[in-house]
Amino acid sequence: MSQSRDAAIVGIYEYPDRDVEGEVSPLQIKAASAAKALEDAGLSWSDVDAIYDAGEGGGMAGLNISEYFGLNPTVINTTGVGGSSYEYHAAQAKRDIAAGKAKVALLTYGSTAHSNAFAIGVGARGGASMHPADNMDSFAGQTLVSNYAMVAHRHMHDYGTTSEQLAEISVATRMHAMRNPEAVRAMEDLEFLDIRETTIDDVVNSRMIADPLHLLECCMISDGGGAVVIAAPEVARDCAKKPVWILGTGEATKYPENGGDITVSAAAQSAPIAFGEAGLTPQEMDIAMIYDSFSITVLTILEDLGFCKKGEGGDWVTGGRLRFDRPDGPALNTDGGGLSSNHPGMRGIFLLTEAARQLRGESTSQVDGASLAVAHGNGGMLGSRHTAGTVILGSD
Amino acid sequence: MAEQKKVPTRPLPKLNELDTQPFWQATKDKAFKYQVCPSSGKVVFYPRRYYLGCGSEELEWKTASGRATVYSYSVVRQSYHPFFRNLVPYAVAWIDLEEGPRILSNVVGVDDPLNDVFIGQEVEIEWEEHEALCIPLFRPVKR
Repeated sequence: MSQSRDAAIVGIYEYPDRDVEGEVSPLQIKAASAAKALEDAGLSWSDVDAIYDAGEGGGMAGLNISEYFGLNPTVINTTGVGGSSYEYHAAQAKRDIAAGKAKVALLTYGSTAHSNAFAIGVGARGGASMHPADNMDSFAGQTLVSNYAMVAHRHMHDYGTTSEQLAEISVATRMHAMRNPEAVRAMEDLEFLDIRETTIDDVVNSRMIADPLHLLECCMISDGGGAVVIAAPEVARDCAKKPVWILGTGEATKYPENGGDITVSAAAQSAPIAFGEAGLTPQEMDIAMIYDSFSITVLTILEDLGFCKKGEGGDWVTGGRLRFDRPDGPALNTDGGGLSSNHPGMRGIFLLTEAARQLRGESTSQVDGASLAVAHGNGGMLGSRHTAGTVILGSD
Repeated sequence: MAEQKKVPTRPLPKLNELDTQPFWQATKDKAFKYQVCPSSGKVVFYPRRYYLGCGSEELEWKTASGRATVYSYSVVRQSYHPFFRNLVPYAVAWIDLEEGPRILSNVVGVDDPLNDVFIGQEVEIEWEEHEALCIPLFRPVKR
C-alpha cells in the first residue's frame, strides 16, 4: 500500500516553563511557542495561512488568536475536544492541505493551569454545567482520578490486571523524564518530593488517591504550552528540519453506554482508521506517544491501538518493555509524559512534538533509528465520555 | 464574625435543565425513571427529549425497580470539594440498574468502603431526601 505524504510536521516547540508564577498568559505562551516553532521550521509568520485552535486562549477562538498573531488565515479550525484536540488538528490540517486549502498550518497551545491552581490531575473535580449529562453526574462527587480509577478497577476485575503492572507505565515514563532536563526542572519547579527514577514498589507504595490509582500513577498539574507547524510537501522539502510525515489519522468518540464495557476506549475505533490509512501495524511503531493522564489511560490505549489484545496489557508491559532502550518496544512517552514532564491540561500537542523529535533524532531518550511513531490523544474522561485522535507519523 | 459559615452541601442537580427535568422531578416521589426507545427497545439514559439513534420520535418513560449491581467503583481518598472532602473515603460507582440504565452514584451504608464495596455487588436505591428532589444513592442488599 502506498502511503500518502500530503503533509508533514516541519516545526515544533515545547514551552519550557512549567511554573510561570502567573506572569505569562496562555495567549502569550501560544504566541511565544508559535514564533519558536516557525523559527524551527525556517518559516515566517507570513507563511501561515491556516490556524488551528482549541479555544483555550479565551474569547472567540480562531478569530482572536489570528488577530493577536497578526494573521489573516484562509482556514480557521477551532475543534476543541480536550486533550486530543491537537491530534484532531493534525488530522484536519492534513486534510485541508491535501484539499489545497492551506499550505502552512499553525497549531498552538497555552495554559497556566498550575498558576491558576486549576483542577486537573489529582485535584480535579467537575465544575457546574448545564449539559444534561453533567446534570446527572455531578451529585456523586466523582473526581477526575476516580473516573479513571473505575476503568482500572474494572480492568483488574475482568482481566486480573495488577497495580504492579500499571506501575510499569509510571516507572518507564519517570525513567525517560530523568533524562530530559526540562522534565527534571518541571518536577523541581512544581516541588515534587524525591525526584529520581522510581521502582514498581515506589509507585504501589505511594499514597492512594482514588482506589486503585496511586499518586505516582497520576499526571502533574503544570503550566505550559507549545506549537506545531504542519506544511504541504512542496513547503516541507525546503524547511530547515527534515519533515515528519503524517501517514494516517483517525478520530472517534465514546460515551457512557448502558451495559457497555468501560475497559475499551474510543481508541479501538480511531486506531484501525489511522493504521489502515498509513498501511502500517502497531507492531511496526518505534515510538508510542500516548496520553498519560493516568497509568490506566496508557494501558487501555495500548490495547485499543492493537499493540496487544484487550486484557493482555498488564502482562505485555511487564518487565520494562516500554523503556526507550529496549529492542522489543515501543518506547513510551520518551519526554517523560504527563506523569513526569508536562501536563497543563491538554497534553495532546506534546505527543506530536516528542514524536517529531524522535523521528528527527532529537529526543533526550532517543531510540536508535526511530522512523515510525504513533501519537494518540485522549480528550475528555476515559471512564465516561471522551474523544480519541490517533496520528501515525513517519520520517523519510 | 458577623456571618455564620454555611455548611457545605452536596451539589444538587438543576431542575431547570430541560432534558433531565422529568427524571429529577420524579425523584421527589422516589421514582427512578428511565426511557426506552419504543421501536428498538433500547434503554436510553441519561434522559433526553430527543433521541435520534433509532429513528423513534417519542421515547417511552418507565420506572426502575431500584435493584442494581455495582459495575465498577473507586474509593475517593482525596477531594478538594467543600462537601466531598469531609466525606472521604467514599465510594463512587457506576451502577447498573436491573432494567439496563447505568448511573454514576455512591455506594453508601457500608462501614468501610475500602473493604465493603466490590464489583458485581448487589445494591438497591437509597433515596437521599432534599427539599425539591431526592438523590438516588445505593446501598448493599442485606441478605
